[in-house]
Amino acid sequence: MPLIMGMSVLLACQFAGELLARGLELPIPGPVLGMVILLAGLVIRGKVPSSLRLTGEGLLRYLTLLFVPAGVGLMVHARLIGMDLLPIAVTLVVSTALTLAVTGWALERLQRRQGPGSGA
Amino acid sequence: MNVVPLDQLWVYLSGHPLLSLLVTLLAFVVAVRINRALGGTPLVHPVTLAIALLIGFLLLADIEYATYFEGAQFIHFLLGPATVALAIPLYDHRERVRRLLWPLLLACGVGIVTAVGSTLGLAMLMGAQPETLLTLAPRSVTSPIAMGIAEQIGGIPSLAAGLVLLTGSIGCALGPGLFRLLGIRDQAVQGFTLGLAAHGFGTAHAFARIGAVAGAFSGLAMGLTGLLTAFLLPLIVKVFGLG
Repeated sequence: MPLIMGMSVLLACQFAGELLARGLELPIPGPVLGMVILLAGLVIRGKVPSSLRLTGEGLLRYLTLLFVPAGVGLMVHARLIGMDLLPIAVTLVVSTALTLAVTGWALERLQRRQGPGSGA
Repeated sequence: MNVVPLDQLWVYLSGHPLLSLLVTLLAFVVAVRINRALGGTPLVHPVTLAIALLIGFLLLADIEYATYFEGAQFIHFLLGPATVALAIPLYDHRERVRRLLWPLLLACGVGIVTAVGSTLGLAMLMGAQPETLLTLAPRSVTSPIAMGIAEQIGGIPSLAAGLVLLTGSIGCALGPGLFRLLGIRDQAVQGFTLGLAAHGFGTAHAFARIGAVAGAFSGLAMGLTGLLTAFLLPLIVKVFGLG
């Protein structure tokens, strides 16, 4: 039953995360808090149970597929996007390129400055 | 034996969750095949292609998005546990994350300010409407967080979710070329950058195309960016005189 065990652990963490987010009215989604909870659990436990690894890595392998249903929702906003098409398109492309370049460059620099032994 | 007319059969099928579930999987398989046939180019991301195929299909078949989502939500639901599962690669690479904690936090702050600042600045210059502006602002954050933020600062939540996805696919398309241009070869840096700029899309891309280390750092960046943006964005929006 490793798949069921693994899935139960993931769902339990997500559930705890949702409870925390709702209960404290945090602007952070439950699954992200669930990730933090699971990480804390793994650090305390000191290893990843094989059942959890099997389920988790299976899910992560198909992570791209999981975005498809939400993405199809774009069709609902076709008209809104069409109204501001040029500003939206230019902003998305240029700003995303800028963000990638600046972040990558900054991290590369900062990592190197940390000195030997910290690089890959 | 009675044969049911085809149009009646279609009415039954098109409203059934089974159909949307099946076409979603099929569209994904077809999109991955097409992408592979094109030599795995990042310019035509399988997810973007699958989404385009599905939108085309739904329009042709005259199926509402809400009807489609009734079936597709079973796939959508798995995003939650998958996000939680990001803790696993993060735990595997915890030593490296701990060593790089300060550079990572700093780079994250720099990245967020760049993302939000350039988005608002450009969109303002191009004359976008205020509502569009506020909807664009949280676009480099993973969609559930972006929707919450958009609502908080006065944008349109569901459109924000769509723009987040577009940002994701653009980030995946631009990433590899930019990394080559800037000479960034480190897997961890590539993953972190993709996760920050292109959230879950970038993370999925990092896992599938770069490797587990990149995926772990990408997941970390996605979570961190989401958390920090939720706090920083309302402040930046004030600086720009909006909100």
